[in-house]
Amino acid sequence: MAGAAVLGRLTPLAWRLAEAVEIVPETPRASTLVLDVPDWPGHRAGQHVDVRLTAEDGYQAQRSYSIASAPEEAGLALTVERLDDGEVSPYLVGELRPGDRFELRGPIGGYFVWEAGTAGSLHLVGGGSGLVPLMAMLRHRAAAGGGTPTRLLLSARSLQDVLYRDELEQLAAENGDLRVALTLTRERPPGWTGYDRRVDEAMLAEVFGPPAADGLAFVCGPTRFVEAAASGLVALGYDPSRVRTERFGPTGG
Amino acid sequence: MAFVSRGFRGRRRDPAESGRVPPGQYTVDDFPVLSAGPTPHTPLEVWSFSIIASSGDVLRRWSWDEFRALPSETVTTDIHCVTKWSKLDTVWEGVPVERLLEDVEQDAGYVLAFCDGGYTTNLPLEDVLDGQAWVAFAYDGEPLEPEHGGPARLLVPHLYFWKSAKWVRGLRLLDEDEPGFWEALGYHLYGDPWREQRYWGD
Repeated sequence: MAGAAVLGRLTPLAWRLAEAVEIVPETPRASTLVLDVPDWPGHRAGQHVDVRLTAEDGYQAQRSYSIASAPEEAGLALTVERLDDGEVSPYLVGELRPGDRFELRGPIGGYFVWEAGTAGSLHLVGGGSGLVPLMAMLRHRAAAGGGTPTRLLLSARSLQDVLYRDELEQLAAENGDLRVALTLTRERPPGWTGYDRRVDEAMLAEVFGPPAADGLAFVCGPTRFVEAAASGLVALGYDPSRVRTERFGPTGG
Repeated sequence: MAFVSRGFRGRRRDPAESGRVPPGQYTVDDFPVLSAGPTPHTPLEVWSFSIIASSGDVLRRWSWDEFRALPSETVTTDIHCVTKWSKLDTVWEGVPVERLLEDVEQDAGYVLAFCDGGYTTNLPLEDVLDGQAWVAFAYDGEPLEPEHGGPARLLVPHLYFWKSAKWVRGLRLLDEDEPGFWEALGYHLYGDPWREQRYWGD
């Protein structure tokens, strides 16, 4: 480990100029930025990047965003949710157009990552845009042949807030080893038969079943969501060292 | 010269904050939480804080009651998270680390903080002495909440906040620097926010 750190010191994480190739609206508040990043070194599913914007007078702002694309995909995709009181996200979701460029560096983070072929099942719990790094894992899994038994529990405020809904349905339809459960916490369409409450222990037990001896669980979302979901998994008997979390607060962006 | 992003203006900093917010950071009023795994809940009856020699020998150990009987200080300080948020004028209560080391005979160059949940982080010894580091047990006048590191966390506010290890249970004295959890995963060995030492090579 010390050797890796020494080696790492010689290879700083350089700022690169990313160009927006395509901007895909996902929900009323979130868009996917498909980027061309020259000399992108590649990433692992679950990692994130730092984005740095510079104003004409030199003022700069930085934020972190999760990578949505699989390592196998050509373009680097970030899905960004616009926060109304945010500083960077309203620019990325609203002002940015194809052909615009901005600075980015990464990939960052080596713990909240999943590699296809990892032994055991893959259990994913996402709240809102916390789905983004989990989607990179699902896309990576599909690109690698989709053999890992996988379950996703996704919590969203309403159906229209669900990111990648069509793609999730398609992935689950194509692969019997992937099951997707959805809970809508604020607004349900007429006739909704899915979950209609915040994630709790009973829901986790129904979706994920008893803990397996191997495999990994990844939980990403706002702090309260992650606290509830991760504590719930531990209460169900999951080994805490096999539950990996990534959290974002209500502020930022 | 950094690349100018067309149409980006940004939100300018309150002049009162200038000089207090390191490069690349923005200020928040709430208290975001970042952890790699579930929040541990260690009962106070089994909690202890230890100073461990590089050989593995336990040099000092305090139970929760013994630890809380130590003289503590109130600290008002700014904190800076590597994920870009800074929080100004946070108020903590804790035991200065130099007080925990004062009866320990040692000539270590570094310490590795270890925690419930398996988290570790490395620090030069000189960075946890002289009123620069505390083992904090209260925030804003209240017992430290588990999600913020309670019952006790390290507080080393002059470094990025991942160095202020949550759920800390002791310090291992080291002759040579050894990367902790995040430091082995690409984060800077030292982590000075004013030099923007976020990742390897910064």
